[in-house]
Amino acid sequence: MDADITLHVDGAPRPVTVDTRTTLLDALRERLGVTSPKKGCDHGQCGACTVLLDGRRVLSCLTLAVTQDGHEVTTADGLARNGDLHPVQQAFLDHDGFQCGYCTPGQVCSAVGVLDELDAGWASAVTPEGAEPRLEHDEVAERMSGNLCRCGAYVGIVRAVTAAGEAR
Amino acid sequence: MRPFTYQVPGDAVDAVRSVSADPGAAYLGGGTNLVDHLKLGVAEPGLLVDVTALTSAEISDDGGGLRIGAAVRNSDLAADRRVRERYPVLAQALLSGASGQLRNMATTGGNPLQRTRCVYFQDVTTPCNKREPGTGCSAIGGATRGHAVLGASEHCIATHPSDMAVAMAMLDARVHVLGVDGERTVPFVDLHRLPGDRPDQDTVLGHGELVTAIDLPPSPIARRSRYRKVRDRASYAFALVSVAAALDVADGVVRDARIAFGGVAHRPWRAWRAEETLRGATADADSYRAAAQAELADARPQDGIDGGNAFKIPLLTRTLVAVLRELAVEEV
Repeated sequence: MDADITLHVDGAPRPVTVDTRTTLLDALRERLGVTSPKKGCDHGQCGACTVLLDGRRVLSCLTLAVTQDGHEVTTADGLARNGDLHPVQQAFLDHDGFQCGYCTPGQVCSAVGVLDELDAGWASAVTPEGAEPRLEHDEVAERMSGNLCRCGAYVGIVRAVTAAGEAR
Repeated sequence: MRPFTYQVPGDAVDAVRSVSADPGAAYLGGGTNLVDHLKLGVAEPGLLVDVTALTSAEISDDGGGLRIGAAVRNSDLAADRRVRERYPVLAQALLSGASGQLRNMATTGGNPLQRTRCVYFQDVTTPCNKREPGTGCSAIGGATRGHAVLGASEHCIATHPSDMAVAMAMLDARVHVLGVDGERTVPFVDLHRLPGDRPDQDTVLGHGELVTAIDLPPSPIARRSRYRKVRDRASYAFALVSVAAALDVADGVVRDARIAFGGVAHRPWRAWRAEETLRGATADADSYRAAAQAELADARPQDGIDGGNAFKIPLLTRTLVAVLRELAVEEV
């Protein structure tokens, strides 16, 4: 079954005809040529496909494209403005937040979501009961746990996310 | 993946009519489990009815309790101030489950209806009574580390994977369900079934019945409540065992308790016997241990090629004791 939809990808309307079975990840990569979100496990276990959907971090591999007609998708590629890297992207460079780079676009999108969630005062599983969450190692590690890195760049990733948060 | 028709009906009544009329139809919520099942071939619906915009995405005050619309995302539910103050166990359970990305997708109505993560259920090349009734259970005698020790049957030893559901069972939540014949309400503790000889049926809901909201009743005891999850890694893993508990202690004596277990049965396991054992008992570790032992008297661990799951009985006992001790200390 085909469906005509328009995804708003990194600020631009992108009309596309998709089979209803197509995931948002495959629509972006295979149909629209937007290859910044990566296919890791394709089962919602690794986070490499993370994008921001209407501003919230989600897994594009478990999202059917047909359900997102008219919605705003922001990939890591779309975070840069006028050639300037997003502060989270720059922090990953400054703090060695990656090695091979395959998981990085997902890490970056997830990190932007994490910092927004912290700004909104959302607690995490490691936030002490009744306390406001703080930008610190354990909070960042817990909140980024849905993004795996086979190079094991976690030390740099936590540092990068924390630094980007502190600079806000 | 089998081709399917995608439909967004005008309202929930239309959605219920569509799915009820078609045995091959399924509801689509956040999709975090179902979309994976479509890929794996575990689910092969011919019609997907998207209900994410058809039920309420609001959390409203309801006579001291809360009414949670089925479309409320897990992350929004965990972040709600009223939930955090009145039902901390629920916020903690939600936040201990999945990842930030998945919590932004998963819904209140869909979370309790997610299916077991038994590897044999998810592997369509192996026999499984839950996926294909009558084919047998590959888990029995297989890898059983994640499987049930309470209420299992010779047909299925799967566990229910939800953390949220364990807290909901402890909180005596009520589930609003819409069917072709109208609305009904199901106590959350009765929503999920034990496997018996029909492990293909996870819940008491009929085909086409739609969860529209979940109510949390007023619960003074829940203001001091806790969820503790034990798993193989520190984050982003399913529970080996988990405990949801609330405790009311006065003058060193337990006045009341609410307890539910996760990771040990085909459904969230409300620990009625443990609660009964605790009422009137001295608030100390011996009583807590006795409560765990009373609840686990009928527990039957599974042997397995991975060493089995007998470890769950002492692990759950110690976890319950630890949680109750923490809750009692805070009372003083």
